[in-house]
Amino acid sequence: MPKYLILKHYRGSAPATVNDVPMDQWTPEEVDAHMTFMDDFGKRLEAEGEFVDAQALSPEGAFVRGDEQGQPITDGPFAETKDLIAGWYVVDVDGWDRAIALAGELSLAPGAGGKPIHEWLEVRPFYGAPTATGD
Amino acid sequence: MPDPFDEATLRPLVPSVIGVLVRRGADFAAAEDAVQDALVEAVRTWPEDPPRDPKGWLVTVAWRRFLDGVRSGAARQRREEAVDAEPGAGPVGSADDTLRIFFLCAHPALTPASAVALTLRAVAGLTTRQVAEAYLVPEATMAQRISRAKRTVSGESFDRPGDLATVRRVLYLVFNEGYSGDVDLAAEAIRLTRELASLATDPETDGLLALMLLHHARRPARLRADGTLVPLAEQDRDLWDTALVEEGVDVLQAALARERRGEFQLQAAIAALHADAPTAAETDWVQVVQWYDELLALTGSPVVRLNRAVAVGEADGARAGLAALAEVDPALPRHRAVSAYLHEKEGDLAAAARLYAEAAALATSAAERTHLTKQAARLNRH
Repeated sequence: MPKYLILKHYRGSAPATVNDVPMDQWTPEEVDAHMTFMDDFGKRLEAEGEFVDAQALSPEGAFVRGDEQGQPITDGPFAETKDLIAGWYVVDVDGWDRAIALAGELSLAPGAGGKPIHEWLEVRPFYGAPTATGD
Repeated sequence: MPDPFDEATLRPLVPSVIGVLVRRGADFAAAEDAVQDALVEAVRTWPEDPPRDPKGWLVTVAWRRFLDGVRSGAARQRREEAVDAEPGAGPVGSADDTLRIFFLCAHPALTPASAVALTLRAVAGLTTRQVAEAYLVPEATMAQRISRAKRTVSGESFDRPGDLATVRRVLYLVFNEGYSGDVDLAAEAIRLTRELASLATDPETDGLLALMLLHHARRPARLRADGTLVPLAEQDRDLWDTALVEEGVDVLQAALARERRGEFQLQAAIAALHADAPTAAETDWVQVVQWYDELLALTGSPVVRLNRAVAVGEADGARAGLAALAEVDPALPRHRAVSAYLHEKEGDLAAAARLYAEAAALATSAAERTHLTKQAARLNRH
């Protein structure tokens, strides 16, 4: 019953993948095939009763902090070299092994030439509630 | 005075009403849906027009809903044949049929998460929304999980006896895990365990009930107002619920007297020793270690071995505790936290601070991480 975040990154510092042709160089059909795969993956998670959330993020945005006057200052938009969060799935599954299996499948989304992209995904456990017997 | 027709009155009737429908020839999945429909109807109409016999009313309305579903369903003919061939049991339902609903919902073919979800709906009578809130998942996801679970068990023979141990494991999970939304899962688990104990006599079910009562008694002292955890040794024992402690101890003693010990009775015995100590310092650690020895011999569980090391540390000193810890798999989630505690007790504060910081990084809840981080911070200030 634990929850995991499966995190997708925009290419940055993440290790190189097998088939890492940028998406804007795919054919329109290849982009459609990729989107359909992602959509089906989400639907399957729902049907299995494992889906919690899925979101995609724009690469736009900035780092923000408050300065000494209490005013927000920003750094960005980001250079392409930065490692950015692209989106995520949150899954509620029986355990780590299942989360890893799901991320492994997601990594095989089709890319250029209709071949799997084998991208690196980050899998992170959520904190759970403290157990009732755990004192 | 509580409203006699609120949810808490209705919900205990759910498994026996499902049992009646199944006994009359409905398949489990359809019966469960029909009873949920009847509950919605009851909540809507009872305040204006309360029935004299709530259970009979639920059976009648649920059965009508079931027949409506059969008539409109694709498998109409097959189902009608099944219903016609049925001798027509009365509305009362037997304890055995209710027990079979417990077994079906905890069926070993289900994953733990599915068994928990199905039990909360078909045995506890919660709505899908309430179950979803308790586990922080979308309602649609929980609906799918429950409907898959129902499909998994729908082919199972209703008359085959089940295993009480699988039911107990599911109830323990309900008690131990989950967030509290608008339903108190721990109280719900206690209610269901009481019912299981009344349906089928077994000292281990009583052991589980005692364990739950003894832990539940400590709940008012376990969390500070800001949600941070208070370790057992620092809890204000005046906040413990003495009535629950007494009941837990009584239930446990009666179970132990029957000389068929099991894991839950032994865990409850340890919880009872803690409950019995007026202060943490007065805990009878020697006896706690003896119960852990028995529990370890019975289960061989690495987690028991880890908890035993803590108890040995209290009974025989930190050095003995660390020796016991050396035999425990270091990959266990709380191994580092126990090691930190024992190192501090032994006086090696630098090692303890480092181990607490490592333990914080391995914590499985935010409350535990905060607690362990503060332990490291406390030692690093010296």
